[in-house]
Amino acid sequence: MNAKTLPYTSEWTHDLLQRYDEEIAKIAAEYKLDTYPNQIEIISAEQMMDAYSSVGMPVGYHHWSFGKQFLSVEQRYKRGQMGLAYEIVINSNPCIAYLMEENSMTMQALVIAHAAYGHNSFFKGNYLFRTWTNPDSIIDYLVFAKKYVAECERRHGEEEVELILDSCHALMNYGVDRYKRPPRLSAQEERMRQREREEFLQSQVNDLWRTLPRADNAADAAKLAQFPAEPQENMLYFIEKNAPLLEPWQRELVRIVRKIAQYFYPQRQTQVMNEGWATFWHYTILNTLYDRGLVSDGFMIEFLKTHTNVVYQPPYNSQYYSGINPYALGFAMMSDIRRICEHPSEEDHHWFPELAGTDWVVSLDFAMRNFKDESFIAQYLSPKLIRDFKLFSVLDDDTESHMEISAIHDEAGYRQVRRILASQYNLSVREPNIQIYNVNLRGDRSLTLRHTQHNRQPLADDIDEIMRHFVRLWGFTVKLESVAEDGTVEVTHECEREH
Amino acid sequence: MSQFIDRRPNGKNKSAVNRHKFIRRYKNQIKKAVSDAIAERSITDLDRGEKINIPAKDISEPVIHHGPGGHRETVHPGNTDFVTGDRLARPQGGSGGAGGGKASNSGEGMDDFVFQISREEFLDLFFEDLELPDLIKTQLQKLMREKTVRAGYTSDGVPTNINIIRSLKGALSRRIALRSPLQNQLREAEEELDALRLINDEDSARASALREKIAHLKTRIKAVPFIDTFDLRYNNRVKQPYPSSQAVMFCLMDVSGSMDQAKKDIAKRFFTLLYFFLTGTYDHIDLVFIRHHTIAKEVDENEFFYSRETGGTVVSSALKLMEEIIDKRYSPTEWNIYAAQASDGDNWSDDSPLCKELLIKSIMPRTQYYAYIEITEDTPRGLWREFQGVKKVHSNFAMQRIEKVADIFPVFRKLFKKKVA
Repeated sequence: MNAKTLPYTSEWTHDLLQRYDEEIAKIAAEYKLDTYPNQIEIISAEQMMDAYSSVGMPVGYHHWSFGKQFLSVEQRYKRGQMGLAYEIVINSNPCIAYLMEENSMTMQALVIAHAAYGHNSFFKGNYLFRTWTNPDSIIDYLVFAKKYVAECERRHGEEEVELILDSCHALMNYGVDRYKRPPRLSAQEERMRQREREEFLQSQVNDLWRTLPRADNAADAAKLAQFPAEPQENMLYFIEKNAPLLEPWQRELVRIVRKIAQYFYPQRQTQVMNEGWATFWHYTILNTLYDRGLVSDGFMIEFLKTHTNVVYQPPYNSQYYSGINPYALGFAMMSDIRRICEHPSEEDHHWFPELAGTDWVVSLDFAMRNFKDESFIAQYLSPKLIRDFKLFSVLDDDTESHMEISAIHDEAGYRQVRRILASQYNLSVREPNIQIYNVNLRGDRSLTLRHTQHNRQPLADDIDEIMRHFVRLWGFTVKLESVAEDGTVEVTHECEREH
Repeated sequence: MSQFIDRRPNGKNKSAVNRHKFIRRYKNQIKKAVSDAIAERSITDLDRGEKINIPAKDISEPVIHHGPGGHRETVHPGNTDFVTGDRLARPQGGSGGAGGGKASNSGEGMDDFVFQISREEFLDLFFEDLELPDLIKTQLQKLMREKTVRAGYTSDGVPTNINIIRSLKGALSRRIALRSPLQNQLREAEEELDALRLINDEDSARASALREKIAHLKTRIKAVPFIDTFDLRYNNRVKQPYPSSQAVMFCLMDVSGSMDQAKKDIAKRFFTLLYFFLTGTYDHIDLVFIRHHTIAKEVDENEFFYSRETGGTVVSSALKLMEEIIDKRYSPTEWNIYAAQASDGDNWSDDSPLCKELLIKSIMPRTQYYAYIEITEDTPRGLWREFQGVKKVHSNFAMQRIEKVADIFPVFRKLFKKKVA
């Protein structure tokens, strides 16, 4: 053991945490990890359960569903059915990472490397987070939301607030923008455009046309009645702006839920990448610490034991199997990119000509910044990994009597397995495609939703309940149409306002 | 440079509000669990939290998602022996295997939602049925007992109570006080005599007068007694009244054939309620269960509530047994005696006047409170009328006819009325 080795004890101290953090920070900087400043908070197990139940929001408004979450976490934890996560990290600036006091020193070092440098740099670098979240102000916004909800409860009663929040939560996943809205036009731009239009119209004026008899514009009228002009996928936004009967405070509640949904939107699309990236970096950083003689063998053994548990992928026929472990897949893919860069095989040269032999730090950084799970897998899942994981795809069609193995980890199947796995992470495939299609503005103000089927997959039963929530927010009848693959449209659900 | 913050000192109950909201929302389901629990538990054992089961589908939060069916293709890891084109039967009910991932999606096979509520939450829910006002301060009258406590010292008493130290201190100060002026005079006289001796004037009249004075003073000094009856101090003990902290609660119930299990359950709540209020006031509570048909018997709780007998009803048998037990085990000077009786109003008509007599003469004077409930929808019969007679004589006798659980509370309302002094 040499003199600069960091002490290896199971009990952590504040002093030791600092020293480990300093060393980890140095190595992270060498690997060019760009992070927000870190704010590392030590919390107890109870506080961790609190954090859990508010889906990781450091301050959350009050709602019964968080209480339900808390009760179930508490129950399972007390019975020993689950361990608590070692860490929770919040996408904010400074980046807040929670360490649990029960962790050993090794675990704390792992968590610091994983959360405070891994996740943190991902939050700062990935394009989805850069586009959709605002880490500088999220904490302030959450504080505002909490106060606002509490104020509404005081003024309008807890039940009233709860009704709105319940309905909003039901539509939460449909409260996000998937594309940036164009920026508001400034008054000057508006004037300029108007002038352009005028000039254009003027140039088109031809007195002759005026005398032509007009065709009856029934079709035009129908088109005019179409509102919104284009189908809207952000239902909560539409409700916030257009629901006829909502009070201002109710609109604000809709907005709060929508904003929080938007804040979590990138996380839902980057599970594999985010966890893979963080896991890759805690592994790489702690190994570098070890290579430099900064940590002892005992430290490494303890670390590797935990690490292997985290990245274990049970096979499909194991009783522990519950889908693909994002830590396992993500870590394997990140490590694989490094391998392709450093030691490419013949196959890699063929599959990834632009990657083989490049600087792995740069290539990995590029991958982290510019992809989400779906595109990341489609781009980087290598045949070697498909073989390592022994991936295979199963086709389940309800018109067939049997399921079929459609592809396995062989030359013929690589691309298909990769395509299917990628689409499994595609939110727009995973979630039913439902959009707000029309509002009957001149009649009964009923709203029509349109579900465009994908691969004939039906909606789950609780759509009825969702419809009731939608009616509660919209205030008038809501209909749901389903568009089959062949283009036929039929109204499948209709829910009227209760009087 | 990272900043470390120790948040552990911050409160941990951030979720308390959310938890409370959840419980409020699912009160009906939880209340059902609570009343199930009441049936299973002993009266004295109700005072703790409870595990609550709610079917998961009742509290699920709906989100838009796909149901099973359609055309779907999924990737799984760990292939062992499949090759492309293999056909296999669908696994049933999502029991592991390739279909495992879907089971949770469709929401089937999820367990019940189980959680624990705290003691306070449990009691709140328990009492809610009874429609209690929120803030009840128990104003139970307690039996006063006396005990002797030290209360300083007195100047007379019995010899066994003499406080030696105090007495000798008194004696010492008295001796000092009485002797010191004489001693001063004695000293002066002796000094003068010494002065005369120096000038050889020992034989003068002055000298002999001084000698005489000295002898006289010495006698007087000697005469001051070492101890006097005046010095004696006795430990003083006075009797102080204090409320007795032990109580006994008699539960009397008619178990003749006409009391069915539903009636017994109402009775159980009634007994439990009384028990709870007593626990707030007394440190130690004994429970005595007496059941009766034509003869009365002291039994344990389980037998009390859950065994059935048939036959006629002689209420006085239970009252007599209660009287006996009081005589034997619970002296009214030491125990606060409470009694709660539940019945369906049946009694042998000859027996009812005897009950009244027993209550008025023997039992009521010795009990703090006697509550009688009649669980029936029929018109009042003999027993009820006789008991009304008891009520006129003794204000601490309460009676109520009950059809459902919510009727129980009025019986107690009287009990918690503030006693106006």
